[in-house]
Amino acid sequence: MTMFSIFDISASAPSAQAKRMNVSASNLANADSVTGPDGQPYRARQVVFETVAAQAGVGGVRVKEVIDDPSPMRMEYRPEHPLANGEGYVTMPNVDPVHEMVNMISASRAYQANVEIMNTSKQLMLKTLTLGEG
Amino acid sequence: MGFVVTDRLEEALNHHRQALSLRHERQKILAANIANADTPGFKARDIDFRAEFAFALGRRGERLELAATAPGHLARRGAPAAVSEVLYRVPDQPSLDGNTVDIDRERSAFVDNSVRYQAALTLLNQRIQGLKGAMAPE
Repeated sequence: MTMFSIFDISASAPSAQAKRMNVSASNLANADSVTGPDGQPYRARQVVFETVAAQAGVGGVRVKEVIDDPSPMRMEYRPEHPLANGEGYVTMPNVDPVHEMVNMISASRAYQANVEIMNTSKQLMLKTLTLGEG
Repeated sequence: MGFVVTDRLEEALNHHRQALSLRHERQKILAANIANADTPGFKARDIDFRAEFAFALGRRGERLELAATAPGHLARRGAPAAVSEVLYRVPDQPSLDGNTVDIDRERSAFVDNSVRYQAALTLLNQRIQGLKGAMAPE
């Protein structure tokens, strides 16, 4: 590993967390989207993280994939709705706002922590470069 | 064969150089722990600094060589591993997704390691200044 790989490790986290925040924001924005461009109701999405194992299981993080949330869609009884099915139920998105808010908070905390790590590492590197100077 | 000045210089600086190098390795491990605080199944790692440092100081000068006694034997390539053993951190509490990173513990370990890195840096710098002073003509 080179001297600067600590930046690779710490820099991977903010971008992974930002993707997580984007997905959360998309979910929240579409919490009531009964239909989308393909005619289907919006399905909540989630990110899956994985370690970029460089050596001995030590490495940065990346988004492995963005998957559809497997939880069941929410059915609302609205017989007068134009998209209601035979029994009068409309299929609503399976977005849980509480879950998404917790996701956002967790992602932003992790983002901040990793930016702090990068700052500290940068300062240490700069200080190391002054080694030997009077 | 007499001593070479650069050997003695290296000896004088070796102690602090090893400390600095190991502190940097630990920084990487701790940064990786913090970066992976949300990765499912990730196990937090760390090194036993005291043991690693003793090992690094002790093995200097003796290199483990692969016995190459026949023409077909492979020669060891690459530098020796920076750290001999990366251990697992014992988690304080269980988690649903198998992640054992306690962000608070990791952050305080990171801060602690940063301060000790700076200390090693300062001590190494002072040693260098001392040597420079000793070598100065007047």
